[in-house]
Amino acid sequence: MDAIKLEDVQSYIDQFAAKPVYVHLETTNGAYASHFNQNAYNVGAYIRNAQLTYHQGKIVEHNGSFRVGLKHDIGWIYAEGLTDYEFSEQGHLLLAGHDNQGRLMVALEISQEPFSY
Amino acid sequence: MNFSEHKHVVVIYPHPDDESFGTAGTITKFREAGVPVTYLCGTLGEMGRNMGNPFFANRETLPQIRKQELIDACNVLDMNLEMLGYRDKTIEFESRDDLAERFKNYLEDLGATLVITFYPGYAVHPDHNAMGAAAFEAVKRMSLEKRPEVWATAFSNDRIENIGKPNVVIDILDVFDTKLDAIKSHRSQVEGMLNQLLSHSEADNERDAALERFRYEGFYDVNIDEVDY
Ligand SMILES: [Zn+2]
Repeated sequence: MDAIKLEDVQSYIDQFAAKPVYVHLETTNGAYASHFNQNAYNVGAYIRNAQLTYHQGKIVEHNGSFRVGLKHDIGWIYAEGLTDYEFSEQGHLLLAGHDNQGRLMVALEISQEPFSY
Repeated sequence: MNFSEHKHVVVIYPHPDDESFGTAGTITKFREAGVPVTYLCGTLGEMGRNMGNPFFANRETLPQIRKQELIDACNVLDMNLEMLGYRDKTIEFESRDDLAERFKNYLEDLGATLVITFYPGYAVHPDHNAMGAAAFEAVKRMSLEKRPEVWATAFSNDRIENIGKPNVVIDILDVFDTKLDAIKSHRSQVEGMLNQLLSHSEADNERDAALERFRYEGFYDVNIDEVDY
């Protein structure tokens, strides 16, 4: 993955607009957060292969990281803390936010085919 | 410890790398004694958040990368590998009953005399606890004469106050380099961790820092009829 370039990612987001897509959305602070720090609290969620069609999508920069909002007919998809992106050979738009040790903290991915199980 | 007394050792953990951190030295000692070892690995760690340091994997490439790392580690440890195809973070939502039956079939087919798994409730990650509980259940369902011995790994912060200290402790000093090779096979997962070990240690190189941390492998030799899980 490479550091997000806003214009490039915006054009990929636009390519997927108004088409049925599959979305992977995820955030995590790791399975061991409270094991290593008693005051920490494990938080995580993921949705793999949500099916939807968004008509409007936008990426916004804030202090070096990025937020994405996708507006669909009955609601929104939202992610913040995104730092890196890749448009893969499989035609997936992969967006992720990593901490300073390269660990994934948030991911938003869009594809016209379902993501592998 | 006479390692050659066992006929077949079956390791049951959910993630690629669980075998290397907790048990690689013990596995190596069994293999050196000529005992076959099979790893039933539950998932490919698909949802791991370590992507390498600096990161080279992403959520979609991670499963294949970790699969290859797992195969490499099993080659280093010279053990058989069965990948069970569950998905990372979901073991606790699978049917305990189905898991236990599946494990039991493996244990009977392989003629297991020792099972190494996680101690349910004391293994921190939900997949570890669920995999261990299903493994305990599998052994409990076997007839007394077929039942393998069970060694369980625990590392939760509350383990000693609740279940005491491990009653099997293996000094793996003489096979430590094999263990370190196995750990390093999991490149996407361990690079950052090994660096951190070194920075938190008085040792002046990575090998010595890792040796401090991983020299002793502890297990609870469990009587399956006497534990709650
Ligand atoms: Zn694990």
